[in-house]
Amino acid sequence: MTSCESTATYTAKDFKSEVKPVWCPGCGDYAVLSSITKAFADLGLAPHQTSVVSGIGCSSRIPAYTNTYGIHSIHGRALAVGQGLKLGRPDLTVLVAGGDGDGFSIGGNHFLHACRRNVDITYIVMDNRVYGMTKGQPSPTTESDWDASAMAPPGGTGMTPFHPLAIALASGANFIARGFSGDPNGTAQIIAEAIKHPGFSFVAIMSPCITFREEQRDWKNTMRNVNIEPTTDPAQAARRLMTDDGFNCGILYRGDRPAYGKEKKATNAVSDLDREFTL
Amino acid sequence: MTAANMFLDAAAEAGYYALFGRSSGPQIRGGEAAALVRLGVEPITSVDDTFDIMLAIDWQGVQRFAAELPLSKNSLVICDPSAGDVPEVYVKTGAKIVHLHMKDLAKEIPGGRPNMIALGAVAELIGIPVGPLTEVLGKSLKKKRADAYEASVAGVKAGAAAAATLGGSKRLAAAKAKDAKRWTVTGNYGAGLGAIRGGVRFCAAYPITPATEVLEYLASALPKVGGVFVQAEDELASINMCLGASYGGEASITSTAGPGLSLMTEGLGLAVASETPVVVVDVQRVGPSTGIATKCEQSDLNIAVYGLHGDAPHLVVAPNSVGDCIFTTQWGVYLAESLQTACLVMSDQALGQSRAIIDAPADVAFVGKRLAAVAPAEGEVFKRYANTASGISPMPIPGQPGCQYTSDGLEHTETGTPSSQSSDHTLQLDKRQRKLTNFDYGNHWATIEGEGDIAVITWGSCTGAAREAVERARADGVKAKLISLRLISPIRPQHMADALKGVKKILVVEQSHQGQFTRYLRGEYDLPAKPESLSRSGPLPMRPGEIHARLLSMGK
Repeated sequence: MTSCESTATYTAKDFKSEVKPVWCPGCGDYAVLSSITKAFADLGLAPHQTSVVSGIGCSSRIPAYTNTYGIHSIHGRALAVGQGLKLGRPDLTVLVAGGDGDGFSIGGNHFLHACRRNVDITYIVMDNRVYGMTKGQPSPTTESDWDASAMAPPGGTGMTPFHPLAIALASGANFIARGFSGDPNGTAQIIAEAIKHPGFSFVAIMSPCITFREEQRDWKNTMRNVNIEPTTDPAQAARRLMTDDGFNCGILYRGDRPAYGKEKKATNAVSDLDREFTL
Repeated sequence: MTAANMFLDAAAEAGYYALFGRSSGPQIRGGEAAALVRLGVEPITSVDDTFDIMLAIDWQGVQRFAAELPLSKNSLVICDPSAGDVPEVYVKTGAKIVHLHMKDLAKEIPGGRPNMIALGAVAELIGIPVGPLTEVLGKSLKKKRADAYEASVAGVKAGAAAAATLGGSKRLAAAKAKDAKRWTVTGNYGAGLGAIRGGVRFCAAYPITPATEVLEYLASALPKVGGVFVQAEDELASINMCLGASYGGEASITSTAGPGLSLMTEGLGLAVASETPVVVVDVQRVGPSTGIATKCEQSDLNIAVYGLHGDAPHLVVAPNSVGDCIFTTQWGVYLAESLQTACLVMSDQALGQSRAIIDAPADVAFVGKRLAAVAPAEGEVFKRYANTASGISPMPIPGQPGCQYTSDGLEHTETGTPSSQSSDHTLQLDKRQRKLTNFDYGNHWATIEGEGDIAVITWGSCTGAAREAVERARADGVKAKLISLRLISPIRPQHMADALKGVKKILVVEQSHQGQFTRYLRGEYDLPAKPESLSRSGPLPMRPGEIHARLLSMGK
């Protein structure tokens, strides 16, 4: 295993790559990228010791825009890839990032099991309640009556929006937070706390898509930083999340379940395994 | 099954080689099942055409197994009269039927069981002395349950004594002295061991019949050598967790069967495009869909070779005996790591779930090693997907300073930046193909035995039956050579041409209704003659007699 103890300190800029994002002008994801690179720098990490893993979609382009070890994988599978990386390489900082369609629709099952499994990774979902890359279909977090796009069914989907934070809590997640891309510094602080948290940490970041959801420009007026003490009581957290209007930002729940994974320690040589088969 | 495992151990103790396959329905545990054992003084890699002895403890569910238990008039059926009349399907084989009062004999022994009476009886008939039997019973029972041990020994002795009066001995040729270097292994455990020998230290897998024993083995063995096992939530997670771990530098494996392989194909495509090594052991069962979960077929060939979307060159290898599951899986890991791509190890149910007594496998030197990256000079960009002459690009391990890159399933430039340019696409496609085509696979691409102007080309578990058929045909004056492909893809045109030099007729043997392997060979290779195809579906195993008959007609 390679590791490099570095005495150099890095700035947020060191974590950004030269690749120009494909995002539309005004996309909330630009600010999330800045929050992530700032959080890495603030934590004193080095680019070669960090990794950003994603699936498919607008926000999943993020690994290429960072100067870390990145994986831009396939639709919905980012959490599986990220958990595999962390379990294979516990020394790395692993951040998994993506969007609401990628994470909660095609990747929904992995989300449930990542919350349960509690591998020490941080999962950031840039939620804009729409499929941007395929030009404006409703996503799992889209309001049931949203039909303002030619791509959405008349009258809306009629389906109850997915509640990522409540589902994370019910599935066993131990760190649940909400951020807003319009507040990059506050979001960077939340991400840094999430990375420091042992075990699986989940940060939903409201990140407007003003291309397909013009009305999300208004989020800057409705999102609020709650600055409340994160509860350690799941029942209280459930009440907090279920009465939430979707605009409260901050760390909303922090449990203390131990992280998944045992220390990797060889007790046998490979040749010792032959004994089981020898007559 | 317990008695059959003991029987196999006793035979091994007495110096015999053996192959033990099982047949059961879809029940979870218990229920009717057949243990199919063949013994010999030389290594055994195939079932025979018929069984010499069938011992029926009862007749429950017998119709289900009739086709899998072929008998002849030379066979001996031993049954308990208390179980009722012998079913017509066995009577009409003309086999000699004898009665053994297994239940009554068991009742005379405190704690006695009919299966131990049966075990003693069969051992006596074929000439395995009581010594090796009690030795085996001692190993499995003595420490845990002394009373059970004593009851079992008494049962075995009673069975042997009763069988001595039955007549119809089926005595085996005397075994050579037991060789200290023999192993007993199933194909699935062997695949797990081969993976670890090849350097695998990470496995994420989801249970599926008949591949589950691969993960069962790795779950316990990997932690011992500092590795990690994860039971994933599904096959999609399995393959993608493996890709994550592999990107991190850990050689990774998952195991599955047909339905799971279907789910993994998208992840396999990512492995190819992002050049991330990964190994999948597919223990083939009858398909399509859920098919017959507990039985064998070789019909996943098409999906293995052609199942990925896009132009996605990758490795497909296949073990051709229970013991070869060890070597071929190890080799598969070595190839995947060396070539930074996906390798499918196409085992099958007849290999994976059969237990064999084999000569200890050589401790071969194939351990997967990636071409290591060097950090670029100051101001230069690291090219993860550099267009090298070999097609293999140096691959950094995260943690290495200066080589940060994004692994991508999107088409990309040499640095890994997503690109939709045709020039980048062609360059990367050429590179991924070139590294596979130009690699030196040595002589492991196939197992080639014998000489003759007929070639039998086969793969996987059909190899054993084909070998035996070739040997029988030779005794009849028909000379054939056996070519069992281990490297299914990429193709080896020159090697195949060399192997087929002087060959005038070809017989392709496989267990697939569509003749997938025959079509593959005809589509990919220039063959000197249009092959005859001996291709039929599972789940009945290919038997030497079927192939032998065809060879005799081809030899006329």
